[in-house]
Amino acid sequence: MPKYVLMFVGDDDEWAAQPADRRQKSYAEIGAWWDDLSKKGVIKGGHELTHQRTATTVRRVNGQMKVTDGPFVESKESVGGFALIEVADLDAALAVAKSWPGGDVEVRPIVEH
Amino acid sequence: MAAVFREEAGRLTAALVRSLGDFDLAEECVQDALVAALEHWPRTGIPESPGAWLMTAARRRGIDRLRRETRYQEKLAMLEQPEQRSAPAPDERLLLIFTCCHPALAREAQIALTLRSVAGLTTAEIARAFLLPEATVAQRLVRAKRKIVDARIPFRVPEPSERAERLDEVLAVLYLMFNEGYLSTGRRGASDRDLASEAEWLTSLVTELLPDEPEALGLQALMRFHLARSAARFDREGGIVLLKDQERWKWDRDRIDDARRIVSRFVSLGRPGPYQLQALIAMAHAEAPSWEETRWPEILRAYDALLGFADTPVVRLNRAIAERHVAGAGAALAALAPLADALDGYHLYHATRAELLRDLDRPGEAREADRRALALTENPAERALLERRLAS
Repeated sequence: MPKYVLMFVGDDDEWAAQPADRRQKSYAEIGAWWDDLSKKGVIKGGHELTHQRTATTVRRVNGQMKVTDGPFVESKESVGGFALIEVADLDAALAVAKSWPGGDVEVRPIVEH
Repeated sequence: MAAVFREEAGRLTAALVRSLGDFDLAEECVQDALVAALEHWPRTGIPESPGAWLMTAARRRGIDRLRRETRYQEKLAMLEQPEQRSAPAPDERLLLIFTCCHPALAREAQIALTLRSVAGLTTAEIARAFLLPEATVAQRLVRAKRKIVDARIPFRVPEPSERAERLDEVLAVLYLMFNEGYLSTGRRGASDRDLASEAEWLTSLVTELLPDEPEALGLQALMRFHLARSAARFDREGGIVLLKDQERWKWDRDRIDDARRIVSRFVSLGRPGPYQLQALIAMAHAEAPSWEETRWPEILRAYDALLGFADTPVVRLNRAIAERHVAGAGAALAALAPLADALDGYHLYHATRAELLRDLDRPGEAREADRRALALTENPAERALLERRLAS
């Protein structure tokens, strides 16, 4: 069966700024969603990512690897987590993405080698 | 022969996509088969069962192509299986339409792909219809097909739970295709395969395959009412003739009657929607002996109902035109005022204001509004109309 990566997109600052009880509630919803789909064998792996300010980018500049502070592309919204899923086709992957209790989701098929 | 091709191309593509699981290969085989038919049929005559002839030719081409591939054995086996047609198979073109209009594809790709795969237009024909370079359309098609394969967009009719949403997507594609053809007639002149009739044909295919979908019937009726007026929409010089000035005897009465029969079908289903309401408005116009004798209050009620489904500035603009005939030009002009910001870049907003201002005997402001409208449209037929008005 084909695999897809769901990339959960959101505003790190907004997420960090919300009151603790709201964050806890979100975590509970996401946790339940994650457990359910893992048990069903849909989710094969994935993680939440730390705030994009913790990102470090390594760029190849004139053949030299240069380490810089910050994400590859600076933007308000960024990928805050991802899940690897295995489902029948794109429609099934989109159905999983629509059931995500958080915000926006980018769905990308993975390349099978 | 064109009619046969249109009828068979989508059917063949659908059957081959299903058995091969390869959109690109299926389309190439079908195109090859059509080319073969173009070479043979003029000499031998159209065969008794053109669909079967084309299917055999397409399969043969598929086998030739697959022989050159390394991984061809399994696919070959699928192609070589004789078609089992004991029970009448559900028309696979429906699957093809839903795949071509999948929401994961960009709108322009959906349109191009539907024309190519379901209606069997060539890339060159699609490019001509949209006044685009052929390479652009080819690129669009390649990208879309690659996405269907790589992202595994499924080839099937959507589950009942998502059927309504997905059908809306299909109808939106067909509606856009129709408008593109219908509104641009003045721009491109007569063309052998114009988009408006392709869209109407595709919509009738959808209603044939899904006979109980009232919105699909609504769209089909709407297109038919519009096409019934084709002969009266332009004067001999290619200038636009507005609905109120059209010579109504030129309207195609058979087509109107046909559209009315479709209206009774969706009315009996009892599930109203925006395309059905627009069809009812078009019917009121089609049945009116003259612009003055149009049943305006009925049209106004239909617009009110339409606002319940889609409260957009353009619907409000059209409602104001009906209101002018029920409550007068002053009331209609007042209804336009709140739309000023939203529709400032829309030529028909200014053209409508101009007409209302002329009715209210405010010629200076009317000319100003016509000038705004002229600056906002590039369509030569519409420009000619506005220039005539400004010159008088």
